[in-house]
Amino acid sequence: MEPVTTFSGTGLPLDRADVDTDQIIPAKYLKRIERTGYGPFAFEAWAKDPDFVTNQPEYQGASVMLAGPNFGCGSSREHAVWAIQGMGVRAVIAPSFADIFRNNSAKMGLLTIHLSQPDVEELMRMVEAESNTPITVNLEEQTVTAPGGWSRSFEIAPFVKHCLLNGLDDISLTLEHDDLIAEYESNRPSTKPATV
Amino acid sequence: MAGRTVAQKIWDEHLIRSAEGQPDLLYIDLHLVHEVTSPQAFEGLRLTGRRVRRPDLTLATQDHNVPTDTRIEPYADPLSQQQVESLRANCEEFGVPLYDTLDPRQGIVHIIGPEQGLTQPGLTIVCGDSHTSTHGALGALAFGIGTSEVEHVLATQTLPQAPLKQMSVEVTGELPGACSAKDVILTILNTIGTGGGVGHVIEYRGDVIRNLSMEGRMTVCNMTIEGGARAGLVAPDETTIAYVKGRPHAPSGDAWDAAVERWSELVSDDDAVFDTEVVIAGEEIVPFVTWGTNPAQSAPVTESIPDPASLATASAQESAERALAYQGLTAGTPITDIAIDRVFIGSCTNGRIEDLRAAAGAIAGGRVAEGVNAMVVPGSGLVKVQAEEEGLADIFRDAGFEWRDAGCSMCLGMNPDILSPQERCASTSNRNFEGRQGPGGRTHLVSPAMAAAAAVAGHFVDVRSL
Repeated sequence: MEPVTTFSGTGLPLDRADVDTDQIIPAKYLKRIERTGYGPFAFEAWAKDPDFVTNQPEYQGASVMLAGPNFGCGSSREHAVWAIQGMGVRAVIAPSFADIFRNNSAKMGLLTIHLSQPDVEELMRMVEAESNTPITVNLEEQTVTAPGGWSRSFEIAPFVKHCLLNGLDDISLTLEHDDLIAEYESNRPSTKPATV
Repeated sequence: MAGRTVAQKIWDEHLIRSAEGQPDLLYIDLHLVHEVTSPQAFEGLRLTGRRVRRPDLTLATQDHNVPTDTRIEPYADPLSQQQVESLRANCEEFGVPLYDTLDPRQGIVHIIGPEQGLTQPGLTIVCGDSHTSTHGALGALAFGIGTSEVEHVLATQTLPQAPLKQMSVEVTGELPGACSAKDVILTILNTIGTGGGVGHVIEYRGDVIRNLSMEGRMTVCNMTIEGGARAGLVAPDETTIAYVKGRPHAPSGDAWDAAVERWSELVSDDDAVFDTEVVIAGEEIVPFVTWGTNPAQSAPVTESIPDPASLATASAQESAERALAYQGLTAGTPITDIAIDRVFIGSCTNGRIEDLRAAAGAIAGGRVAEGVNAMVVPGSGLVKVQAEEEGLADIFRDAGFEWRDAGCSMCLGMNPDILSPQERCASTSNRNFEGRQGPGGRTHLVSPAMAAAAAVAGHFVDVRSL
C-alpha cells in the first residue's frame, strides 16, 4: 500500500443516502481476477443518466467524494473500493459508512472520513456552487479544510492512521506475533472442527 | 468481572493479542472461501511467497457465478469459467479442500457450513461474503470480510478487529401462524433501518427466536448485515445441539460431550451490558413485502405502498421517492395489487429444505400463473437431493416451476439467472438494491411461502388467507 499523507483535490458531490456496493460496482463486474480495471464500471447504472454527477464535465478529475449516510452498505466486495480508487478518488467523506466497506478502504489506502451530516452538506453546497473548490485532507493533522477558513477535524483509529501514513502491510505486522499465534494454536481444543 | 454477552465470550476466547490503540488480534476457527472474493487474495500470497497457514481450517466452494441450469463446462461466460478454474488451481496449489462444481456437497457457502457440521457454537467464522452472519444462528461469531482480509486470514489464520458494540434484539411472545423467520427479520429491519446495527454485533433473543427452528434462525441471522451489523447470533440451546449432532464434521463420542459442555457456557450473563436494545412484539408480526430498493423499505402485505411524504425525514422521503420511481410503483397501491413477472425461491437466506417445504406447501395444488416465470434453486447439492427424495421437486415441476442445480443464482445478478430490465420479481433473497438481480430489475423480498403463493396468483397475496 502506498503511504497516505496530505493531499488536495476537488469534490464529487453524491448526495444520496445508503449508496450500496451494487451501485458502486455491479456484481457482473466481479468476475475479473485482478485488483485493477474496475473504475470505468463504477456507478454504471446511475451513470446512464446524463445528469448524474460523474458525467458532469466540471467534476472530472475530482478526488474527494462527498456522500450521504451509510455509504458502502451491502456486500463485502472489496471491488467497491477498487472501483472508487479506479475513478481517481482518494477519500470519501460521509456522515457514516458501512463497517465492511470502511475496513476494506483502510486496507487499500482509501480514506473514509466521518463528518457530521451538516458539515458534509456544507461541503457539498460549496462544491456544487464552485466545482473547483479545493478540499485539502491532512491525515497527520486529521483535518479537512476548504477555502474561507472552513476546517473540520475527523476521528480515525490510531492504528489505522499509523498504517495509512506509513503504507504498512498488516499481514507483516501480524506475522511479527507468529509466536503468539503458534502458542494459541497449541492450546486450542482438539474437538474443534477441521475441514479435511 | 462485569457480565459478558455471548459475543464477548467468544471474542475473549479467541483473543491472541490486545494492545492499547490497536485492534485486537483474533484467531479464526473456520474460513470459508468462494470463487469471487478470493482470486486476488491467493495472488497476494503468491506475490509475497506466503502459504495458507491452516488449509485444514479452510473450505472452498464455487457458488456465486456458476450457472444453475447446467454443470457442463466450459460455461458460456468465459470470465465465469476463468474464475471457477482459478479457484480450482488456487485450492490445488495451496492445499485447500474444495467442494467443486460436481461435488454432491457443493452449494452456497453459507448453506454448506452448517449442513456439514463445520459451523458450530463458539467458533469464529469468516468468509469474503457479507452474509457470513448466517452462521451466527448456531451461536458462532461469524462475519463477512473483504479480499485483503481474506488474504490476511489465509496467511495468518487471524484477523485484527476493533471491538464491536453489543446490541440486543428481542422478539417476544409467539409468532402468528403462517408467518416465517423471513417476516421476523424483515420486521426487524423495518424497525431498526439499514444503518441501525452499524458497528454492532446483534444477539437475537426472546421466545420467538427461541422457538424458531435452526434453519429459521439462519434466515434471521443471514440478513443481519442488511441492518448494518456485521454479525448476528443466537445463543446455542437444545435446538442448536440437536441440529449439529451427527453431522459429518460434528464431534463424536467423548469429544461431543466435551463440546456440548463448552457450548453450555455460551449464554449472555444476566449483568451483561448491551449498548443498544430493541424489543419487538412477536404477536404483531405479519407477512412482509419490500416495496423499495433497500430491505428496510417494506410493508405488511395487508397494507399499501406508503406515501413518501408521510416518512419522518427528508432523507427517507427522497430515498422513497427515488425507490418508487425505480420500481415503477405508485404510493397508495395495495401491496396485493402488485403483479409480478418472475419468482425466485432460493439463496443463502431461503434456500434450505424447510424453505422449500414451505414454498411447496403454499402452492397448494395451484399452477404458476400465466405469464410468470418461476424458479426454485436449492441452496446445496444435498438440499436438492433431499427435496427430490421428499417429492418437493415434483411438486414444483408439476406446478410449472423450474427446478435447478445449487448456487447463488438470481440473488445477485452475476450468473446467467438475471432479471430483464423492468421485470418484477418476488424473491426470497436478501437484497432489493437497484439492479441487484440484473440491470433495471425490480425486486420484492418475501418469504418462501409468500413467493410461491405470488407465483400462483400472479400478484402478491396474504399467505394467511390461503
